[in-house]
Order: sequence, then structure tokens, then C-alpha cells
Amino acid sequence: MHLSLTINGKPVEAEVEPRTLLVTLLRDHLGLTGSHVGCDTGQCGACTVHLDGRAVKSCLILAVQAEGRQVLTIEGVASGETLHPVQEAFRDRHALQCGFCTPGMVMTALDLVEHLDRPDEEAIRQGLAGNLCRCTGYRPIVEAVGDGIRARTGAAS
Amino acid sequence: MMPFDFIRPANAAEAVAAHGAEGEPRYLAGGQSLLGALKLRLAQPSLLIDVARLPELRAVRRQGDAVVVGASVTHAEMAVLTDIPALAELAGSIGDLQVRNMGTLGGSLANNDPAGDPAAAVLGLGATIRTDRREIAADDFFLGMFETALEPGELIVEVSYPLPSRAGYAKLRNPASGYPVVGVFVAETASGVRVAVTGAGACVFRLPDFERALGREFSGKALAGLSVPSDDLNRDLHATAEYRAHLIGVMAARAVERCG
Ligand SMILES: Cc1cc2nc3c(=O)[nH]c(=O)nc-3n(C[C@H](O)[C@H](O)[C@H](O)COP(=O)(O)OP(=O)(O)OC[C@H]3O[C@@H](n4cnc5c(N)ncnc54)[C@H](O)[C@@H]3O)c2cc1C
Ligand code: FES
Ligand code: FES
Repeated sequence: MHLSLTINGKPVEAEVEPRTLLVTLLRDHLGLTGSHVGCDTGQCGACTVHLDGRAVKSCLILAVQAEGRQVLTIEGVASGETLHPVQEAFRDRHALQCGFCTPGMVMTALDLVEHLDRPDEEAIRQGLAGNLCRCTGYRPIVEAVGDGIRARTGAAS
Repeated sequence: MMPFDFIRPANAAEAVAAHGAEGEPRYLAGGQSLLGALKLRLAQPSLLIDVARLPELRAVRRQGDAVVVGASVTHAEMAVLTDIPALAELAGSIGDLQVRNMGTLGGSLANNDPAGDPAAAVLGLGATIRTDRREIAADDFFLGMFETALEPGELIVEVSYPLPSRAGYAKLRNPASGYPVVGVFVAETASGVRVAVTGAGACVFRLPDFERALGREFSGKALAGLSVPSDDLNRDLHATAEYRAHLIGVMAARAVERCG
């Protein structure tokens, strides 16, 4: 099947089988290997990307479901060498160790930073429920998301 | 996954017509349940018909004393509707952020998972499910485990929820998946008090004893002394049937408290 969509701001045309997962299109066809596959069953969130601005699991979506839509992957988050403020917050807070979960965590964090109006710890933890991390114990990730929300809303820490 | 064909019809009539195809056609909404089934080859459709963007299935409107929600409205979109706060709260409790951003009302109802959250609100509020061919009352829709009153090819178009005078939902969340171990939806509606339980049995069901007790006195205290037999309840690695029976009472009382 022919497929047209926008990935990281660039128009992309591809030929795919209907059963091709979005994460397979990204990683195997387009070489965008930042989106990780941790489980392939929709549990771990390592494959999280944005579809029209909302976080979704790219292992649980067919590429053809993204036809005509905007996909943002971890590769499209920084501008050149300049990290996105949420990526900076992850670095400042040591919110990663092995880094396997990190691309998915950052994509979910970006959705939360956009849609939560307060850096409420409980809401952030609930928001991160679809992303597993085996290393950090989550606390620094929660703090990094809080920093991102404060930076966006101008709320005092 | 086995190979299949894929189409995206422009409207509901085209989608239903496409379902008349040879082989094993199947509607696809958010894919949050179906894709898992395809990967395990529990489902092997010959054709997927994408209904996620059908305009008739994407609308939300107020109609008299009801709020009507399109089948392809996502859980995340439902979580910010203000018409029935308990309904929004329920939608916001489903799975996780990413699942809510893709998963839909219609997909959830058609799937009829024994622990589906949306079914509790549909039955608890006494909603009506409108399909391409008829209207089905909530009391007639949920038949058993993964089994509904839908005929082959029947497409859920929208769900009409009558506005309750008050309603509340409480669930014990499975910490890993977000699915309710037990969830109870309580509503005071024009036709009386309704209590619907999900997660505990083969599919969502009502509790007539609890409804009568709350009809006499709408308070958590009114439920004291009532119990549910555990014989037909689910038992799995998450909870025994006896624990689920106990949880029904606890969650029902909490749901009443949340009615405000
Ligand atoms: C990690 C994870 C956690 C989850 N946690 C929860 C939870 O806590 N609570 C909960 O309730 N659910 C949970 N879910 C399930 C989720 O809510 C799904 O969104 C839902 O069950 C199915 O919706 P869908 O739009 O993805 O449907 P799909 O997967 O696309 O389809 C499901 C079924 O419905 C049929 N269908 C779809 N649309 C229609 C229609 N309009 N008319 C007729 N048939 C139709 C399809 O043919 C298919 O058989 C979870 C899922 C995952 C992956
Ligand atoms: S790889 Fe997609 S959720 Fe784990
Ligand atoms: S940093 Fe290793 S899994 Fe999260």
C-alpha cells in the first residue's frame, strides 16, 4: 500500500504492507531507531511517539493508521545540537541511566508538559503509567517532567 | 501478524457495505485491543476497515437530556467532556495516557472485555447504543465474555447517555494494566438508582439488591450488610472470587460517596 504522512516535519512517502507496524516503518524502513521496542505488546512505552501531537505506542498502531497525519519521533525533538528544554531537564535531573526507556519517556513527558497545567506529582506519576523504567526508580523522571511543566507555565517551584 | 487488506471508507454507510466482503472483514478503531489479538493470531481477519475517522462516529453533542458520544471518540477526548463528570473521570482512569489517546468508546464496547471500564458507565447510566441499523438498550447489549448483541457487520455509531441527577465511579486499579480488578458505577437516574459492576464477572452486570437499598436511602451506609455471592465471579492471578465479592461492596460504597 502507498502511504503519505509527515514525520518530524518532513513529508514521507512509503510502500508498506497493511500489517506493518508504525514502529517497523520508523525503525526498519526509515532508519529512525530512536523509538525502541521493549515489549511489542503495548506495555512498556519505549516505542512512544506523537501522532498529531498526542503520545501513542507505535508498536500498537499500524503504519497505515498514520496516513496523512503528523508523526513526531525522538529524532525530531531537538533543534540541531540544541536540546529541547524537556531533554535538558532529563539531563539535569539524571532522569536516565541505561537510556533504553528514555526516548519513550521523553515523548510521554512532552505530552504531559503540554497538557498538565500544574506540576502535581500524583498526576505526573499517573501520566507516566504507560512507560516502564528498570533503572531510575522514576523519581528523577517525575522531577524532570515537573521542571518541564514549570518552565512552560512559569509556575514557581 | 498474518497479512490482511486495509481500507478507510469515507462514511459509515461505505464502512458497513465494505463489511459485506468475502472472507473475514473486521472494523478497526484505535487498535488497542485488536492489534494485540492480531499479533497473537487470536484474530485473523482478511480485511480491516478503519472506522477511526468516520465523521458520523467522531461527533459529540447534547440532545435534550442526554449527551451523545460518537463511537470513535477516544478515551482521552471523553475524559475532558464536562456533561457527566463521573463519565469523564472513568474515561481518564482507563489504562495509560497512550492507550487513552488511541482507544475508543465503540472499540471498547464492541470488544466487551470482562474488565472494560466504559461498559460500567453505559450500563450504570442506562445508555442507548445506536448502530447503523437500530438502537440497543444497555440492558440488552452485554451478553457475556467478549460477547455482545451486535450482529455480524453491525457498526456502533454513537452512544446516548441520559444525564443522571448524580453518578459516581470507583475502581480498584490493577497497577500494571490499569484495568479494574473490580469497578462499580452508581447513578441516580430518571428511572431510579442503577448499580453496574465491571471486572468481577464474565461481563458487566447490575446489582438489583444494591439498587433497591440505595433507592430507599442514597448513602454508603444503606449498603451495609448487603453481600454478593462469589460463585460466578472471576478468579485469576489478580484476585480470588471471594476477594472480588468483597471489593464490590467496598467499591459500591466509594462510588456512592463520589456522587457528591
Ligand atoms: C496496555 C493497555 C491497557 C489497557 N487498560 C484498559 C483499562 O484500564 N480499561 C479499559 O476499559 N480498557 C483498557 N484497555 C483497552 C482499551 O480501552 C481499548 O481502547 C479498547 O478495549 C478497544 O478500543 P479500540 O478503539 O482500540 O478498539 P479496536 O482494538 O480497534 O477494536 C476492538 C474491537 O471492536 C471492534 N470495533 C471497533 N469499533 C467498532 C464499531 N464502531 N462498531 C463495531 N465494532 C467495532 C473491532 O472490530 C474489534 O473487534 C487497555 C489496552 C492496553 C493496550
Ligand atoms: S514496545 Fe511498544 S509498548 Fe513496549
Ligand atoms: S534508564 Fe534504563 S530503563 Fe529507564
